[in-house]
Amino acid sequence: MHPTELIDRDSLRDDIPDFRPGDTVKVHVRVVEGSRERVQVFQGAVMRRQGGGVQETFTVRKVSFGVGVERTFPLHSPTLAKIEVTTLGDVRRAKLYYLRDRHGKAAKIKERRTAKP
Amino acid sequence: MASKAIVGEKVGMTQIWDDQHRAIPVTVLKVAPVRVVQVKTAETDGYSALQVTWGFRRASTLTKPEIGHFAKASVEPGRGLVELRLDDVADYAVGQELTADLWEAGDRVDAIAVSKGKGFAGGMKRHNFKGQGASHGNHRSHRVPGSIGACATPSRVFKGTRMAGQMGGTQVTALNLQIVSADPERQLVLVKGAVPGARGTVVVLRNSVKAPKVAGGGSR
Repeated sequence: MHPTELIDRDSLRDDIPDFRPGDTVKVHVRVVEGSRERVQVFQGAVMRRQGGGVQETFTVRKVSFGVGVERTFPLHSPTLAKIEVTTLGDVRRAKLYYLRDRHGKAAKIKERRTAKP
Repeated sequence: MASKAIVGEKVGMTQIWDDQHRAIPVTVLKVAPVRVVQVKTAETDGYSALQVTWGFRRASTLTKPEIGHFAKASVEPGRGLVELRLDDVADYAVGQELTADLWEAGDRVDAIAVSKGKGFAGGMKRHNFKGQGASHGNHRSHRVPGSIGACATPSRVFKGTRMAGQMGGTQVTALNLQIVSADPERQLVLVKGAVPGARGTVVVLRNSVKAPKVAGGGSR
């Protein structure tokens, strides 16, 4: 047991779905504008998951108007309203940095098909 | 001098989320109930302080003078003895227990502990010297301190000139830290930011002796 686990337990979320690099996710982010709060959706491919415990983060990449946008979120952050996994990706690497050098069809991630039980 | 203080052990660092969902770096300190063994006053000892102990220790590891000292106060022997210098000790009695509820969120404290030892370190690591260039004909002088003074006048090296030497392993006081939360039930105190020393280091927390800077100047 990590010595600070007693404290960390309070900060961890238990509603995080199982997802891996290559999967496409919709991240619902709470955005505060003045006194109003609304939810913004950031959809893209998970490029990496990094760190562990409370400090784990994940990076989502999407191509917006021809420009690649990467956003890194703390996995356990309370600003995330919801993480939705839309498609599963079939990739051979844990960090998909090669996506940065690819455009269009080359940047497509193969879909992972799981055997039905 | 401080008006209240307590001793604890460093557990480690982590982060928590504040009410605005920002990540706050915190140091976790385990503050087991501290027992007062001796109250030192200006009349009897020339200064005022509390001698305290914390934790527990097997009786077989105690020396006879220690056994006698704890027995006199009728306090259960602890890990060690630490003195907490305080302005006024009139409210304290031998055998009294101090717990983490001494503090509440937002309090300003100083943390006193022995820093991590770095061994015999050169000038670059110890005093942030720049060192010298990697090229332009430099030969075996990349991390040397350079000049340490003038020549025939004064024909000596001034005292206190910064050079290589032992780094770390000395008592360090981190001033004006903020208490994020105190949990007497779990005997934990969370302090914002870093605290000197390795995990397991004995840390003295006292309320801040230097007032925090007030935003926008403030009166002197």
